[in-house]
Amino acid sequence: MANQGHFQSHYIPNTPEEQEAMLATLNLQSIDELFRDIPDEFRNPYLQLPSPISEIEIQKELSDLANKNRILNSGASFLGAGSYNHFIPSIVKSLITRGEFLTAYTPYQPEVSQGTLQVIYEFQSLIANLYDMEVANAGMYDGATSLAEGVLMACRVTKRDHVIILDSVSPLYQQVIQTYCQAQGITINLNSPEGLSPSENTACVVSQYPNFTGGIEDIAGQSTIAHDCGALLVVSTNPLAMGMLKSPGEYGADIVTGEGQPLGIPTSYGGPYLGLFATKQEYIRQMPSRIVGRTVDTNGKNGYVLTLQTREQHIRRERATSNICTNEALYALASTIYLSAMGKNGLRKISELCYHKAHYAANEISKLPGYRIAAPHPFFHEFIIECPIPVADINRILLSQNILGGLDLGRPPFCESSSANLVNGMLMCVTELNTRQDIDSLITALSEIK
Amino acid sequence: MNPSDRQYTKEHEWLKIQDADSNLAIVGITDYAQAQLGDVVFIDMPEIGSTVVHMDKMGEIESVKAVSDLFSPVSGEVIKTNSELLDRPELINEDPYNEGWILQVILSDPEELNSLISAEEYQSFTEQA
Amino acid sequence: MIKGGNRTTDKLLMDRSVPGRAGVVTPDLDVPEQAKLSPDLLRSNLQLPEISEPEVVQYFTNLSQLNFSIDTQFYPLGSCTMKYNPKVNDEMAFLPGFANIHPLQPAETAQGALELLYKLQEFLAEVTGMHGVSLATLAGAHGELAGVLMIRAYHHSRNDFSRTKIAIPDSAHGTNPASAAMAGFDVVTLPSDSNGNIDLDQLRNLAGSDLAGAMITLPSTLGIFDENIVEVCKIVHEAGGMVYGDGANMNALLGRAKLGELGFDVAHLNLHKTFSTPHGGGGPGAGPVCCVESLTPFLASPLVTKSGDCFTLFTPEESIGKISGFHGNFGVLVRAYTYIRTLGAEGLKSISGNAVLNANYIMESLKDKYFLPYDRQCMHEVVFSADWQKERGVSGLEVAKRLLDYGYHAPTMYFPLIVHEALMIEPTESETKETLDAFIQALVQIDQESHDQPETVRHAPHTTPVSRLDEAQAARRPDLKWQPQ
Repeated sequence: MANQGHFQSHYIPNTPEEQEAMLATLNLQSIDELFRDIPDEFRNPYLQLPSPISEIEIQKELSDLANKNRILNSGASFLGAGSYNHFIPSIVKSLITRGEFLTAYTPYQPEVSQGTLQVIYEFQSLIANLYDMEVANAGMYDGATSLAEGVLMACRVTKRDHVIILDSVSPLYQQVIQTYCQAQGITINLNSPEGLSPSENTACVVSQYPNFTGGIEDIAGQSTIAHDCGALLVVSTNPLAMGMLKSPGEYGADIVTGEGQPLGIPTSYGGPYLGLFATKQEYIRQMPSRIVGRTVDTNGKNGYVLTLQTREQHIRRERATSNICTNEALYALASTIYLSAMGKNGLRKISELCYHKAHYAANEISKLPGYRIAAPHPFFHEFIIECPIPVADINRILLSQNILGGLDLGRPPFCESSSANLVNGMLMCVTELNTRQDIDSLITALSEIK
Repeated sequence: MNPSDRQYTKEHEWLKIQDADSNLAIVGITDYAQAQLGDVVFIDMPEIGSTVVHMDKMGEIESVKAVSDLFSPVSGEVIKTNSELLDRPELINEDPYNEGWILQVILSDPEELNSLISAEEYQSFTEQA
Repeated sequence: MIKGGNRTTDKLLMDRSVPGRAGVVTPDLDVPEQAKLSPDLLRSNLQLPEISEPEVVQYFTNLSQLNFSIDTQFYPLGSCTMKYNPKVNDEMAFLPGFANIHPLQPAETAQGALELLYKLQEFLAEVTGMHGVSLATLAGAHGELAGVLMIRAYHHSRNDFSRTKIAIPDSAHGTNPASAAMAGFDVVTLPSDSNGNIDLDQLRNLAGSDLAGAMITLPSTLGIFDENIVEVCKIVHEAGGMVYGDGANMNALLGRAKLGELGFDVAHLNLHKTFSTPHGGGGPGAGPVCCVESLTPFLASPLVTKSGDCFTLFTPEESIGKISGFHGNFGVLVRAYTYIRTLGAEGLKSISGNAVLNANYIMESLKDKYFLPYDRQCMHEVVFSADWQKERGVSGLEVAKRLLDYGYHAPTMYFPLIVHEALMIEPTESETKETLDAFIQALVQIDQESHDQPETVRHAPHTTPVSRLDEAQAARRPDLKWQPQ
């Protein structure tokens, strides 16, 4: 550590001799002289960091850390609630780790970025199709922030500042909306889906489809109620459910957001994920984030460019639609590859597998004494069970049998949501990766807990 | 050349009286302004029936990589906007003084016309800039 | 259209679709079929392509070849820090024990992940000289939003509601004013002086009881270390404001100076720049927020804490709240952790040293040919102006486009806004002297072309998969998705 500054990293090609040669052209003796503008008393502070280690040691250290975590696929897992363990075709990782995609920047030079740009155009097309919306953007950070940006956009479009969030929306999403709106003078109210009552001040109604607990709500009805007051309907929609469920576009939604993670992106302890964002043509100038458009080059050949950029921060600065730059392009690519491989039949089959397996599990659990399916009807691949003893205790027992149980709705912030009046509520998720054996072992384990 | 049948602002708008009796005027941006902007791709115009205020922002005009505010040369009520511009914003580049007009306004205070400058004055203003 | 293979990319996915083809085989249902949903809840039309797996692989592989990337080209894009992205970082992020774990699984089943996050918080606090760190923000601009919201929350916690303004230099990145506006502030612009430093007199004039803080990029986007930075922070503090640090340019300062010691109160880091995580064509990145002790209670949720040998997530008492769905871009954080472990303090310091050396070498080698508006030692990047070429009818944009023909990615153009015809070059520490010399030679040659054959430069690029694209048409009549013919 005494020698800070004289370590030759294998990530730096130039040898000390070459560095000296370059310094000579600058009439300097040492690299330190390049930092003279930093006041003396603050220059070259001591950095208390562990000493560098080789790749062999790195692999060991990180593998040891990784091995301390319980891997979803190492046993039956029934945890969802906004992050889902789905099948990812091998081609996804193989293609997104190509250096040409992985190590490119934002496509600011379209002539040498047609790969990224064409992928984003394909992505926008597929997401617009999936949601039946007129336009989709190039992507956002994640499902939660995408929904929060949808709320801000609805306020811009309607020039109103009251927002109604249905209490069936993910409590995590509700919190992120609160964070995004805290400095905007926006008033947020919670309504139950049954008690939805917007007014002429309401900018938008925020809904989730399927909702946080897996329920399929009456989106068409919400759309009518919102529109009757001149408010927009903003719907966070699980894209994987679009393999079988009617689209939010068909129900009249104005802004559709979503968590793109189910489309070929690993759960990875919560990120990186992908925000989806789609809307109607008439609102595109209020849309946040990048958009790619098709045009022609000077020879008349088709090509793709970033477009409608005057909405964005690098041009409009403090009057931009958002401060966002990043569109999670690599994961927009992953989801595009995923949807290409799945196709319409594959996505339908995957969503049907989720549906039938989840309903099988719910039916079997409902037969167990002491357990009850508490909500909702109808549902997609998540549902709430009421348990005979606290969920934390159940989950501990399940884990001892290498089963990762569902979400404990008694823990904050979930206990503050609509399901708060439940006693011992657990949110179960079943996907195509849960085999019948997984489900049956869960049923057996639950039946032994009384 | 800037037509001499109208008046100008230093914010690069022009105003032409169409009917003095009813205080009806037509407004657009100058050839100099469109050249500075480059390819115009979108224009955000005030709504018909809305009120605009002398030298206040009344809209925005966008090129590929810039946004500029549009200022109203006079106060008054907007009675018509050039809807053709929504589909063909390039008219502002191609013909800023005729087909690229932006809106029609009924002046509420014709005295404000005195604050506008002539074609020659505008010409020398842009030459200095 | 493509270089390399003979498989073209001009047909889009939907046009490649052939009924009956499939890119995956799904398993049969292994449970009894359940009652179906009511038909009015089901969709009848789903427009997705039907393509076989080989076609998918070929299509996307060929698309990839239309990109410039760090792995294939020198990419001296200023303010973006396009350094080598170590492959071991990716490998570590893909370990099943990191990639296949759930954000809501019980803390006792994710101790390895939490330990990594805890240590990374400590590393980043050390590098920036700060006290608290939140890893929850998903990008640089996201970190800015969190940081400025923290400044707001701090003032409000002291019942000070009069501070409505944030001062931002005229050279700043557009995200700074956009983030300040999202946090409810009015933006006032701080002019730069003739040396490229913040104009201290102007700052003093602005620093009143309505100033919430200032957002400063150090080194600035001019590639300059403002030698008055300590005084800048002092003026803001004396007015009761907080200083926000935009960490976009931290590659120059690793081990050379700590933001916290210089007087910054809160800053974000761009892990996808300074800490080598791949840009991915526009994300994912990560923008952790680091702050001094007085702001720590306001950090975005969650943080990781340690008690005994146990790591848990918690929310600081006065947190601005939850700003992303879960705990941040974990996969990106694993990569940055790996990078820091690989380099240690010595390695990080040699990163900044070589990055700054390379930039100064380019500056010195080209300042006879390209106008240097701020002729002083630069940090990790150098900003030239193409004003001299412009006199011969060749713009900065055209010089940049011509570089593509020479096989180099273009510098950042027309930024910062206060430099005419700006060309901002950031070589990073990853390039060999040979590459730098060849790049310098290319720019010298393009300057020569601006004398001898300006038309060649003006219509560049000539050798790329597409030539200049009609951006006006794209914006006037937006074509944003595939439509059936």
